Amino acid sequence: MELCDLTAHHLLSLLKTKEINAQQILDSISQRIKKVENQIKAFVRLDSNRFPVETINQHTITTSCEKILDGIPVAIKDNICTENFLTECCSQILQGFRPPYDATVITKLKEAGAIILAAKTNMDEFAFGSSTENSCFGPTRNPWDKTKVAGGSSGGSAAAVSASETILAIGSDTGGSIRQPACFCGVVGMKPTYGRVSRYGLIAFASSLDQIGPLAKDVHDCALLLQVIAGYDPKDSTTINIEVPNYIAALEKDIKGITIGIPKEYFVEGIDEEVKTIVYEAIEELKKLGATIKNVELKHTHYAVPVYYIIATAEASSNLARFDGVRYGLRLESENLISMYSKTRGRGFGAEVKRRILLGTFVLSHGYYDAYYLRAQKVRTLIKKDFEDVFKYVDCLVTPTSPTTAFAIGEKVNNPLQMYLSDIFTISANLAGVPAISLCCGFTKNKLPVGLQIIGKAFDEEMLFRVAHAYQMHTQWHKQKPPL
Amino acid sequence: MNINIQYEPVIGLEVHVQLKTQTKIFCGCRTDFGAPANSQICPVCLGLPGVLPVLNKIALKYAIKVGLALNCSIGELIRFDRKHYYYPDLPKNFQISQYELPVAKNGYLEISGNGNVKKIGIRRAHLEEDAGKLIHTNELTFIDYNRTGIPLLEIVTEPDIFSPEEAYEYLTTLKGIISYLDVSDCDMEKGSLRCDANISLRPKWTKQLGVKTEIKNLNSFKAVRDALTFEIKRQKELLEAEETIEQETRLWDEKKQRTFAMRSKEEAKDYRYFPEPDIPPVIITNQLLDEIRASIPELPKARMERFMREFNLNYADARQLTLEKNIADYAEERLKAYPKKDKKTVANWLIGPLTQEANQRGKNLSEIPVSADALCELIDLVENAKISNLAAKSVLTEMIDTGKNALTIVKEKNLIQISDESTLTKEVEQVLQENPQIILEYKKGKTNSIMFLVGQVMKKTNGKANPKLVQDMLRRRLENA
Repeated sequence: MELCDLTAHHLLSLLKTKEINAQQILDSISQRIKKVENQIKAFVRLDSNRFPVETINQHTITTSCEKILDGIPVAIKDNICTENFLTECCSQILQGFRPPYDATVITKLKEAGAIILAAKTNMDEFAFGSSTENSCFGPTRNPWDKTKVAGGSSGGSAAAVSASETILAIGSDTGGSIRQPACFCGVVGMKPTYGRVSRYGLIAFASSLDQIGPLAKDVHDCALLLQVIAGYDPKDSTTINIEVPNYIAALEKDIKGITIGIPKEYFVEGIDEEVKTIVYEAIEELKKLGATIKNVELKHTHYAVPVYYIIATAEASSNLARFDGVRYGLRLESENLISMYSKTRGRGFGAEVKRRILLGTFVLSHGYYDAYYLRAQKVRTLIKKDFEDVFKYVDCLVTPTSPTTAFAIGEKVNNPLQMYLSDIFTISANLAGVPAISLCCGFTKNKLPVGLQIIGKAFDEEMLFRVAHAYQMHTQWHKQKPPL
Repeated sequence: MNINIQYEPVIGLEVHVQLKTQTKIFCGCRTDFGAPANSQICPVCLGLPGVLPVLNKIALKYAIKVGLALNCSIGELIRFDRKHYYYPDLPKNFQISQYELPVAKNGYLEISGNGNVKKIGIRRAHLEEDAGKLIHTNELTFIDYNRTGIPLLEIVTEPDIFSPEEAYEYLTTLKGIISYLDVSDCDMEKGSLRCDANISLRPKWTKQLGVKTEIKNLNSFKAVRDALTFEIKRQKELLEAEETIEQETRLWDEKKQRTFAMRSKEEAKDYRYFPEPDIPPVIITNQLLDEIRASIPELPKARMERFMREFNLNYADARQLTLEKNIADYAEERLKAYPKKDKKTVANWLIGPLTQEANQRGKNLSEIPVSADALCELIDLVENAKISNLAAKSVLTEMIDTGKNALTIVKEKNLIQISDESTLTKEVEQVLQENPQIILEYKKGKTNSIMFLVGQVMKKTNGKANPKLVQDMLRRRLENA
């Protein structure tokens, strides 16, 4: 075991007793990056000749251990703005874009003493995808099986944590983009409640669904990272001004007497039998730990994917309108303005981005708005109500994170619908705005991780940490390392 | 030929008012006019990737204030929407505006022409962000984003306006109200008030609206009036020739005094409005409404009525003096300071010589530095026949230029009016001798011609003679001769 293989909370205790220092941690992950990054491709624009790896705030590395994340390296997804450091959403259109400002989460991480890696993590272009294959830098490979995808869109963040190329990572989740890659790479990832973490500085995909969240090796680390980034931000009007609870304290509680709902809609057609079996075993484990298991219904679940692909693409088509070659990023000169727009956007955006812009433009068009966008919003309200109703009776819900384990690179690139279904179990939480966490609950015969998703009430991330941590305290899955 | 059909113009106006908040509508940038290009910008108003808008509460309050003053109902829940179109002065390629749930709707504004009062319906008033400004040179185009994100209130009327004069009256009245509310400079030259006009004609016997055109590039109230007059004529000629009117946007050409169809014919626009997900809907509480209602001052109409009542002014004078808030404040102070009950004299001075002085200096009346006391002193000198009206006007000019008081100037320039008959006899006799023709006219019954003789005497005395006395003396001489 190297230092890079340890968790943040473990490293923090070693730092506190001065057994190690922050530089050693950075050196350790740099060594790991040097060793495995060529095979994984978790990062983009990484200068592999540099040792240790470049960080954004190296100068702040201290020997003290006063702040909550002092000395802990954190990797950042390429869609989160870092002042003066390239932030390109893995898209050609943002080529060379250095934001003049930090995202709020970056400010908070800096204040907490975290060491932020300058190379960003790979992702599907603009977070449009479920495999990180839609990156202009090429796909990230799954540390457990390099012929498989890492999931997406935060595939780089999940793979980097899994391969111990970082201690912690930040991702973003619009329809499962943290949880599904966390599931595929065997790590922990959480999408917090909509409004819990500031989106200021997150390059928007779908504003009403996006949420920044943590990826980590275990639940404890995940709680630690959320603790740092959560909270009201006057720069983001959609954050809620309520106190952030002490998530570490929530880890202490056992789960005796809590009620866990199992929504039947999540265990039907399309789900891999092995995944199903392993998830049921995890549910048995939770039962053993004292939780009451209750079968429940979320009636409108089967509308989630179509509703999501209307709302998300509509918002995306609007959010991506600003990439026009006028002010920053790629510009292809042309004889007139309209042609400059077309050439720039034609070259700058990848196929999936174009597909979604077209879809989104269509559903917002005059004459179609009512039939698609407005209807989708109404169904979204019903999906949200499903959750409100069920949370009157249960404390949280447990489901598989994804219907399958990591699929082969290239397997679904030519079948967008198949690809979209990979998020079938994660999308509802975004539509309802509720928090959800994914953690590893076992491995298939092929040694691929299986993910367990726990969905909670709005602003009750504590319950998710409590259940997930209790599970990890009695299992060993999260301690397994990929064969690198 | 339909030559005998009487047509009626139907006009609706869209006015954009820049609200004079200290900072922009969705960020903390300043809004100063005339700042160096791109000196008042930040990631948010530049729409850089990842930024989020935060609503300026003052802009919202100002908008509600205008809404209330225009007798609108204020939405209990208001929402922002995105309006999409590509243009380099719009950094996000969508404008944050309001579509379904505007700040205010269903109000009216009372205008009066020749003393008749008419209500113009206000369909809606909504908040939105302004765009930047393109600066074209021969080879390049530059963009100044200072204006991007300045709060705008778009005020849209019902098609209730039936003549260019009514349109002019509406704009003047609206500007007056907004100046009273102190929420905008309403300066068309600086672009803080902009107006687009929609106009169609219909035969007088129907209520059904005809095909309309939208006129843009209107840079003054007068331009609005002239452009509408032109457009009525143009549309009427087309209709009479049984030609079709294109629904289109036309630009007013101030030099050529005519409208032109915009060169590139616009495609049917689809703005793809949808609710702005980054700004949660705002609930307008009764408490906020009460607070804003309490901050609305006496408005032009109420003040005009009070001026008529308190100062005994006629409608026209009271209206002219109350249209703009700073003028009304200026006038009220001076009207109040004048000790006599009949304030007509003061009003005449304000509307006459003082306004002329202001116009000549390219200033607003309220900027003319003649204090209430100084004005009273000047009026007294005239009233007590110490100086003539003519002399008083030059004294006023001197007062403004030098800051001296009237009496000092009168003494320095030896302007005391000559009210002594014996001193004036010589000039009167001279004038009579020089103008036998006029005397003949007078005797034939053209008694008004005496005024010419008065003028001649005034001229000879450098304006110092008491004109009333001169007229008296002349009349006596002419009757007795």
